[in-house]
Amino acid sequence: MLGEGILKGLAETAKNFAGSFVSKERLTTVEYPEDRIPTFEAARVFPFLVYDARNPGDENDWEAGLRCVACQICEKECPPKCIFIDKSKDKKPDALGKQQFYPTRFDIDVSVCMSCQICVEVCPFEAIKMDNEFELSTTDRFGGLLHDRRQLAKSNEYYHKIHPTEAAEVDARLAEEKAKADAKARAAADAAAKAAAAAKPAGGGE
Amino acid sequence: MFEWLDQVFVLLKHWLVSFLPATWQPVAGILLCVLTIICLFPALFAICVLLERKGLGRMQNRLGPNRVGPFGIFQPIADGVKSLTKEDLVPLSADALVHFMAPVVLVVVVFMGFAVLPMGRNMVLVDLDAGLLFYFAIGASTELAVFMAGWSSRNKYSLLGAMRAVAQMISYEVPLLLSSVAVVMITGSLSLSKIVEAQNHYTWGLPHWYIFTPWGFAGFLMFAIAATAETNRSPFDLPEGESELVAGYFTEYSGFKFALFFLGEYVGMLSISGLGSTLFLGGWSSPLEALNWVPSWIWFFSKLLLSIAVFIWMRGTLPRLRQDQLMNFAWKFVLPMTLLNLFVAGLWRFLGDGWERWVVCSAILIVAYILMGRVGMYREHFGPRRYRYAE
Repeated sequence: MLGEGILKGLAETAKNFAGSFVSKERLTTVEYPEDRIPTFEAARVFPFLVYDARNPGDENDWEAGLRCVACQICEKECPPKCIFIDKSKDKKPDALGKQQFYPTRFDIDVSVCMSCQICVEVCPFEAIKMDNEFELSTTDRFGGLLHDRRQLAKSNEYYHKIHPTEAAEVDARLAEEKAKADAKARAAADAAAKAAAAAKPAGGGE
Repeated sequence: MFEWLDQVFVLLKHWLVSFLPATWQPVAGILLCVLTIICLFPALFAICVLLERKGLGRMQNRLGPNRVGPFGIFQPIADGVKSLTKEDLVPLSADALVHFMAPVVLVVVVFMGFAVLPMGRNMVLVDLDAGLLFYFAIGASTELAVFMAGWSSRNKYSLLGAMRAVAQMISYEVPLLLSSVAVVMITGSLSLSKIVEAQNHYTWGLPHWYIFTPWGFAGFLMFAIAATAETNRSPFDLPEGESELVAGYFTEYSGFKFALFFLGEYVGMLSISGLGSTLFLGGWSSPLEALNWVPSWIWFFSKLLLSIAVFIWMRGTLPRLRQDQLMNFAWKFVLPMTLLNLFVAGLWRFLGDGWERWVVCSAILIVAYILMGRVGMYREHFGPRRYRYAE
């Protein structure tokens, strides 16, 4: 009969109206600044630079421990071109003790970044990773949106806190690399020592 | 005590006016009433907007506005300040004078309707003998304001909205009038206070409201449908369908003029609800004889707010009609039903006081409703769609 559907619809909305006062499942709204849903582990928003804490307490620890070697791959690969890097003139030892360049400037523009994670994927040094911090708004739309390397640098412990699984994998990989490098160095040292040892009698025979 | 509470506003007016010389008293009294109406209904408008936003939110399982003040009750104030401080834009090619006049005309016309509505015992601004006629004459002018707005904006959305509005409002003006004519036939008066008086009797403690008669019930339904369409409310909000026409006839309005349109729309809703409750729901009379001690104006305004709640409920439930469905519904269903209702009201008057008239009148209306629902509103039912090449 005409009007039946309207009555059914009215009953449905009335049910919603009354139900939203009594049932928590109906009212799914989370009132954001006061209540939050925990972000899930795979969440990614904006990149940050990982540093290894070497001497905790030191104010310049972040600078010394930055994994970034200013190879500028991420700058070149970034689709919206929001990364700006200046390479250093001198070199510093990295985590493996190797002499490397380091970034004197590493800026990322928040307003341009599109959270694609390509910088993270291309980085051969595990130096740039994705953060899940999303409250990046600022009242200064020029300087405030350009994050410099101090703002971007976050410790490996922080990385472990936000993405535990991924950070563990990265650490394992790095440890493996370090072990390989150590083994290589040891082998080289052994070889050098052997060569020296072999050279001695020969030299003595001369 | 209760007598006094019932008449408190009337007595207050007399007391205030008594300070003036006798020659000025009538004018001052009227000005005072007008001022009250002009202050009261915008306040009600603010409450309605808040209730609508909260209520619609709840129907959609949301919270609604809850940031300004406790539970968001100061939201209307924030909205008001916002609309007052916004820039008032007038399109370069618009007809500036008409563009300016349209919201003013709408608000003035809408407020004039309250002049004849009895809001309580002895609480009517002017007790015109042809009050209903005055109301409809004034109410029809809102179409003018709407069309002025749409035409002067020089914008195709506005014009389309205005065209739709005029087509819709004129189509629904007819059933609106015809459904109220039944009341006039039974009461024998066009005066709204007389219509309320005629319903203010009780049998076994229950009131003689017209909605409790077969013709009154049908008339009330038709009136409610036509009133919804007249005030451009969902599901008849085609003239301002924001998803199709941006905002219809007031696309080009901003700031305070937009707020005036908004005010006009809601006050129009309140006014037509007031008319509906006066005609069919006994105006200011109480729903039970035992409750007669409650002041009459409380009953009037509760009926008003109840009607607004139904408007909001409808809006939360029904999707917008299409233009052809709208017109079909007006001319093929509502109009014939109201015409039949006139005949039924006549029968009711002349069938005497027995139970026969209840049976006859109800039977005619129910059969007509079912038949017209089947035949008039028939549309082809398409089966599940089959894709020839996809199988």
